[in-house]
Amino acid sequence: MINWPLLSVIIFLPLIGGIIILFIKEDDLTSNNIKWSALLTSIGTFILSLTLWFQFDYSNPTYQFEEKFRWFDDFNFHYNIGVDGVSLFMILLSTFLTPICILASWSNVKKRIKEYMLAFLFLETVMIGMFASIDILLFYIFFEAVLIPMYLIIGIWGGKRRIYASFKFFLYTLLGSVLMLIAIIVMYRNTESMSIEALQGNFFLFDTQVFLWLAFFASFAVKIPMWPFHTWLPDAHVEAPTAGSVILAGVLLKMGGYGFIRFSVGMLPEATNFFIPLIMILSIIAIIYTSLIALAQTDIKKLIAYSSVAHMGIVTIGIFLVNQQGLEGAMLQMISHGIVSAALFLCVGVIYDRMHTREISFYGGLVKRMPLYATVFMIFMLGSVGLPGTSGFVGEFLVIIGAFKISSYIVIGAAFGIILSAVYMLYLYKRIIFGEITNVKLSEILDINTREKLILIPLAISVIIMGIFPNVFLDPMRLSLELIITNYELANAR
Amino acid sequence: MAVSIIFLPFISFLFCFLFGRLFNFRVYQITSTSTLFICAILSWVIFSQYLGSKDTQIIYILNWITSGSFIVNWSIRLDTLTAVMFIVVTTVSACVHMYSIGYMEEDPSKIRFMGYLSLFTFFMLVLVSSNNLLQMFFGWEGVGLASYLLIGFWYQKDTANKAAMKAFIVNRVGDFGYAIGIAGIFFVFGSISFDTIFNQVEIFKEHQITFLSIDLPTLDLLCFLLFIGAMGKSAQLGLHTWLPDAMEGPTPVSALIHAATMVTAGVFLVARMSPMYEFAEITNLFITFIGAATAIFAASIALTQNDIKRVIAYSTCSQLGYMFFAAGVGAYNASIFHLTTHAFFKALLFLSAGSVIHAMHHEQDMTRMGGLFKKIPFTATMMWIGSLAIIGFPYLSGYYSKESILENAYYTSNSIAYFAYIVGIVTALLTAFYSWRLLFLTFHGENRSEIKIYNHAHESPMVMTIPLFILALGSIFSGIIFADYFIGYYKKEFWDGALILSHSTHKYLPLSQSLISKFAVALGIFICVFIYSNNKQRAKNISYNLDPLYSISKNKWYVDELYQRIFVNTFFKMANFFWKRGDEKTIDGLGPNGISWFIKKSSIYVSMFQSGYLFHYAFAMLGGLVIILTWFIYY
Repeated sequence: MINWPLLSVIIFLPLIGGIIILFIKEDDLTSNNIKWSALLTSIGTFILSLTLWFQFDYSNPTYQFEEKFRWFDDFNFHYNIGVDGVSLFMILLSTFLTPICILASWSNVKKRIKEYMLAFLFLETVMIGMFASIDILLFYIFFEAVLIPMYLIIGIWGGKRRIYASFKFFLYTLLGSVLMLIAIIVMYRNTESMSIEALQGNFFLFDTQVFLWLAFFASFAVKIPMWPFHTWLPDAHVEAPTAGSVILAGVLLKMGGYGFIRFSVGMLPEATNFFIPLIMILSIIAIIYTSLIALAQTDIKKLIAYSSVAHMGIVTIGIFLVNQQGLEGAMLQMISHGIVSAALFLCVGVIYDRMHTREISFYGGLVKRMPLYATVFMIFMLGSVGLPGTSGFVGEFLVIIGAFKISSYIVIGAAFGIILSAVYMLYLYKRIIFGEITNVKLSEILDINTREKLILIPLAISVIIMGIFPNVFLDPMRLSLELIITNYELANAR
Repeated sequence: MAVSIIFLPFISFLFCFLFGRLFNFRVYQITSTSTLFICAILSWVIFSQYLGSKDTQIIYILNWITSGSFIVNWSIRLDTLTAVMFIVVTTVSACVHMYSIGYMEEDPSKIRFMGYLSLFTFFMLVLVSSNNLLQMFFGWEGVGLASYLLIGFWYQKDTANKAAMKAFIVNRVGDFGYAIGIAGIFFVFGSISFDTIFNQVEIFKEHQITFLSIDLPTLDLLCFLLFIGAMGKSAQLGLHTWLPDAMEGPTPVSALIHAATMVTAGVFLVARMSPMYEFAEITNLFITFIGAATAIFAASIALTQNDIKRVIAYSTCSQLGYMFFAAGVGAYNASIFHLTTHAFFKALLFLSAGSVIHAMHHEQDMTRMGGLFKKIPFTATMMWIGSLAIIGFPYLSGYYSKESILENAYYTSNSIAYFAYIVGIVTALLTAFYSWRLLFLTFHGENRSEIKIYNHAHESPMVMTIPLFILALGSIFSGIIFADYFIGYYKKEFWDGALILSHSTHKYLPLSQSLISKFAVALGIFICVFIYSNNKQRAKNISYNLDPLYSISKNKWYVDELYQRIFVNTFFKMANFFWKRGDEKTIDGLGPNGISWFIKKSSIYVSMFQSGYLFHYAFAMLGGLVIILTWFIYY
């Protein structure tokens, strides 16, 4: 069907664009050229990735668009990439959010624009590469490479406490990575294979599985993040520039969920089964604990960051239910959260660009001056709350449905999120948007401009479309997830 | 036709929402109002078809969610129950749309208001016409959203914003139960569409399920969970606190959402699921008890409130209690009948109150009214009609439905139903009292308002009085016309399986009981006349002498204060504790910050070894040598 390596092109196009940008001169006159080239590159990548979706074969549960060649002769390591139902939307999410990030940084990034754009394009390459990897070492390389641009984005273009935040981010994630590398080496020593597909055949003894599982858990639990490994996230979000937060919440957190599905559930089924209670307890704590913390926040970004942890709690519950509704719900929740939380951070960015503060108490009564902003913000807020008809609902509800088969305690825990998310989000919305304008500085604030409309309105529409037509997203991933579930059940039935 | 009834209001909303700046506001007011009148006419046409016997129709629209065996469709279910709800919703909504043209005349965001009203109507119609529990949940939360938007419509007012938030959150507490209930139903029945559930109910009659490590009868548990949702939406005892506060919204909203339609969604849910509730004996007792308790609790508060809207709001709460205890004793048709008649007279009361408020320049305190009959006779007449209907004056609508509820409670032989029956009669007395108190304070006696306002008080324009007139017709005649269908001779043919009919074969209360209930009403009116006519001091004296009782009623049994203490304050305390102690002290302190602190400290000690002085190194070498030598010598 395809003679040219479509997937590789999608992966490396942003990088090539980034390298070209390096050769553009940067001064006040030409900085627009840099922005435009970055934007066009990322839009091109997005369009190409859409063809991935259109050509995707829904009836095939395994990898498609596969490319494979040997990298080292004396070592079973391949450049092996492909897409299946699980990774398809993760890739689309990355390619969808990158142009939005670039557009969002159009006027608020003032220094080192060239490097900034390069960082984002490089980030896009490694994100897509990671989701597309079939070889675990290749996966590891991309997985780690994500850290570099993110570290720089927070560390260079971040806020006042950026150094602390970026170090915290780096330390946490590095700890996990080291253990993951060891786990990958152990896997290779045991099987002489590095292909995810082959490793899903389950070769490991139970004790090995437990060790491997813990090693992967250390890495993914930090990434997603699960309680109590979550404290890097609020700091990283608060200090990161808007676009950094968008990518962080939109895609990087999903690396954890993706890893759990691929590695923990996919390759280590018996250990997964053994550790389910641990995950469930941590997730339920995460939902209740972080939702409550979100209630007390005074910084808008921090509040949304904590709400992310709570939403990811639903995702981890869904993944480790290992049944059709749970996994599909978790996937959908990840996609939805990728869009909704990204959009919420963009919304914060809009007012931050105007007022340069994120203190909730500074704002109030914005609806009067910014009616359109209030409307889109409301749509995202409702998405985050999980109102039926928005994207947030379907995933959350599927997880609750799936959980009933396992335990009523999990159901209650997950459903608690329904109440608490409404509490902190409505409380936030009320304080920022409603009421009279009491702060004089806000009396001249302007509503969103054309560029911001271009960013926010497509996101708002996709939130509603996902809520009304979730099958568009569920259909492609169905068979791949079924395959994982079947493997899991076979392994545990032995 | 049903599809167009549902989607016309949505189109009207989109028109207001997306193209709200193109035309003059009149265009939007007229289009949305006429759209709603078309919907109302179509609904009556459908309803008239279902007066005879017509089969249940299911109109498939689209697949919504497919996940494994969990399959949900967007579809429309048309049966008698839906048709009844259609006429209630669209008729009241059309009246309220029209009324709003006059009531919101001075408001700058009229278009937004009309848009929200239409949006609400859309969600409500989706709710009542859905064929599965999840689509119903979509409508259910959708009306919650519309209610949130409309309560907080005057966003400058802090109290309005707080009330809106409270309404949404308290409803969410109910939805928590509802969502778990749906999940449970899917788990047990393998489907959430109504017919599939109802066909299997018999199988699970004796079935037990383990929930939170307790073995419970399956159907009771599921019905109970759904009922928690119903309690939230219909403001039943415990989750009722949002309804009175919701009166912060504009009065037409109170009439449409918080009296006639949305708050009855809980009753509708129970009636819709009646084939399941029929077998949930324990839950039914619970529902009966909650309904009866709410009825008398809310009525007791309504006795002493001075805000005209709050009196009617508590009265709504109390009437919803009636509907629930009717449902609890298995008289779902009586419950729905009361829902229908109540929609008419309660909307009438609210809109009349709005007309009074409009005339008095947004004065809502009844202690500053009085003697308005002379100034606004039409509105006063309408209010009289509404009040007569609510107390169950013979041959007005409320008479039939309330009587039917009482008789069903009377003929149900369990102690809770007996309790409900007595409560029902006492509540009827209280209802008569507060209704008459409202009439006296507002329209009769001396004027207590400022002379200027009183002199300016004027009858509302035609756009406001016509809806009142329509609703008054409904309040007077809906009982006498439909009683035979809903609860009387034709009920079997009329309902045609849309809900479960009570098995009781008795037709009327025995004469003595019937007289008791009528006597109670008369007594209520008499007490009110005794207190409020002629002697101005008497009301004050009585409230002074009955102080503890009066204070409890006046302060709404202190439920809000209690909730503030128990829930709100605790949550904020916990939030700060988790944040400061949990995240910052414990996790960060032992985690990244702790580790970096430890490394920093220990590196200071380690770096002391590299002092750079030769004699330090020489001393260390010497020390080492001594240790090694000692080792070799002794071992």
